[in-house]
Amino acid sequence: MTPLRQSHELGLSLCRTCGLAVTRAARAADRRCPRCQSRIEQRTPFSTEMTLALLIAGIVFYIPANLLPVMHTSGLLGEEDSTILGGILEFWRAGDWDIALLIFIASVAVPFTKFIAIGLLLFTVRQNSQWQQHQRTVLYRIVEFIGYWSMLDVIVVALTAALMQFQVLGAAEPRGGIAFFCAVVVVTMLSALSFDPRLIWDRPA
Amino acid sequence: MSEPTPSSDEELPTPVVQNRRWIPRLVWAVPVVAALIGISLLVRNWANAGPRITISFLSVEGVQVGKTLVKYRDVTVGRVSAVDLSADHQAVLVSANLSKDAASLLKADTQFWIVRPRIGVGTVSGLETLLSGVYIGMETGVATRRERQFVGLENPPALAHGPHGRELQLQAARAGSLAIGAPVYFRQFQVGRVIDENLLPDGNTRVTVFVDAPYDSFVKPVTRFWNASGVDVRLGADGLNVKTESFAAVLVGGVAFDDGPIETLPAAAGIAGDFSLYKSETEAMAPPDGDPRYVRMRFAQALRGLEVGAPVEFVGVNIGSVVAVDLGYERKDNSFPVIVTAKVYPRRMGQAYEALAAQGKTESEATLATFVGTLVHRGLRAQPRSGSLLTGKLYIALDFLPASPRVAFDASLQPLELPTVNGSFQELEASIGALVKKVNDLPLGQITADLHTDLKDLHETMSEIHTRVLPNAADTLSALHRTLDSANRTLDVESPLQRGLTDTLSESRSTLQAVRELADYLDRHPDSLLRGRRPQKVPHTPAALSSDAKP
Repeated sequence: MTPLRQSHELGLSLCRTCGLAVTRAARAADRRCPRCQSRIEQRTPFSTEMTLALLIAGIVFYIPANLLPVMHTSGLLGEEDSTILGGILEFWRAGDWDIALLIFIASVAVPFTKFIAIGLLLFTVRQNSQWQQHQRTVLYRIVEFIGYWSMLDVIVVALTAALMQFQVLGAAEPRGGIAFFCAVVVVTMLSALSFDPRLIWDRPA
Repeated sequence: MSEPTPSSDEELPTPVVQNRRWIPRLVWAVPVVAALIGISLLVRNWANAGPRITISFLSVEGVQVGKTLVKYRDVTVGRVSAVDLSADHQAVLVSANLSKDAASLLKADTQFWIVRPRIGVGTVSGLETLLSGVYIGMETGVATRRERQFVGLENPPALAHGPHGRELQLQAARAGSLAIGAPVYFRQFQVGRVIDENLLPDGNTRVTVFVDAPYDSFVKPVTRFWNASGVDVRLGADGLNVKTESFAAVLVGGVAFDDGPIETLPAAAGIAGDFSLYKSETEAMAPPDGDPRYVRMRFAQALRGLEVGAPVEFVGVNIGSVVAVDLGYERKDNSFPVIVTAKVYPRRMGQAYEALAAQGKTESEATLATFVGTLVHRGLRAQPRSGSLLTGKLYIALDFLPASPRVAFDASLQPLELPTVNGSFQELEASIGALVKKVNDLPLGQITADLHTDLKDLHETMSEIHTRVLPNAADTLSALHRTLDSANRTLDVESPLQRGLTDTLSESRSTLQAVRELADYLDRHPDSLLRGRRPQKVPHTPAALSSDAKP
């Protein structure tokens, strides 16, 4: 079996917008498709750098997202600030293990999966590793897919705060933590987006 | 990287080359910003971290770690972070993290207490804790020393959050039904409350009240405090009088104050000092009684209706009360006199007392006893009198009865023994008894028999008159009638006698007129007596009269 050849080995580039194949003649930084004027990139520029930067930002945001309260509820039974982990524990203790599990997956498992997965992808790409290239591509697709499910938490808080407004009887207000959590989700999604999966298949020169 | 040149190179279009200007290194700003935000949060958290304090309570019912708040003036300043038993297991140590601005509230005498619902008649407080759970109340102190360890109060202080006003101490023999938090009234307007009650070592009660500003300016050295608990019902000449400060005061008690009589202003009395708490407004407003003197009285009669507390009046003025009514035994004549002990306040005699004091008669027991001796000599006696015919209650009257028999007075007896006379009502009873006895002793039977014979005689006399005297009287009356008839005829206008008399009278009237004319003429012309009458010139017109008057 002849070894699979990369497009640049054939001196070709592909416009990813209109599918026009162009020569890889100019090695300049910014090339445009002559047909649709889209940018033609052999690989997404600064992909690993951007991914890494956004990943770090996501990890940094994740700390206050968990330390700060995400929601403030007040009612006849008093006032309470709840954090994400505190809320999970409360649901778990109250016997609502299913809801606890759902929130755990959305707000703890998914972000951590993304951190680890993107970190792993970045590390292996840096190393020009040939290890499990197919599996890593699948992993990348999973990361892309699960990214937005983390917004579940944000939506829960937004809905609760909007619906639970009974003045004295009960009221819920969002707190700073949820903004940080939202930032975590957005930044990690951007991080995954800026990762160019083609890098997984690049062979060391 | 080797550059293979495919054969179809010419057929393929060459991408347009532009110079890349935007370098996406800016993406590194994202984690930097994230890190900056995180660090700023940390810094803020660290900067806001306040002190951690420990409060020891005997019981921490309802306190929950992480939930129970510490509040100062209803503002949350901290949260309970731990609840532990003390080393000796006698107390519970509550640890709380306070906010940074609360640090300045932590003085050595800062107070902490657990706020629970408290329901009294006058007030309901802490009701919100029924649902929300307890919280720890806090009241800052005035000490300059800072402290981190506190001993919590078991009951909330009556005065939280330093209202302006004045704290006053009231001394009373008994506090009555006053409760902490009971209202303090000035002219039926609530101006403060009772904040503390203590039993002093001498058995008296000390009531601490707090009068809010600006009403504390009503408290003057002359101010009198009295217990306003309950209802004052009085039946007076102006009808039924029911008086109370407020409904709450009826239930939980209360203290009222007002200006006392001005003339009783003690010299140089400071407001800082204690006040007395009187039992009632009447007592509070009365001039001070001074020290009581005890007197003993020995009555030789039953004193039903004389009770302990009955008034003792001196010439109609209430100067004391009966403190004991005992039965004595007199060996001489085997009698049982009633011994009444009374307490008398000489000061209640008012101006009389001052006059006596000026003469030095109240200086000591001895001079006073001597003075009382002279009064007894002048007829001072104690007498039980009936205060009300309806109830039969008695009071002791000290009055001058000069007619009473002389008695010896022993000025050396302690307490003084006043001579007595029997009560006026009893005397009245005795005289009525004597009267009834006299009436009883009358020979009523004989009197009736005599009266009977007398009446019989009278009857005989009457029948005599009837049979003999009356017919004669009828004859006499008819004769009299005839006489009167003839007299009537004689005096009639038409009778000759009457006519003659009338003629005579007119005749005499004209004669008298002539005489009067003569007298008048003589009066004007006395000379006519000698010269005779001049010819008469009678003026007829006013003109003639005026010409006549000219010369």
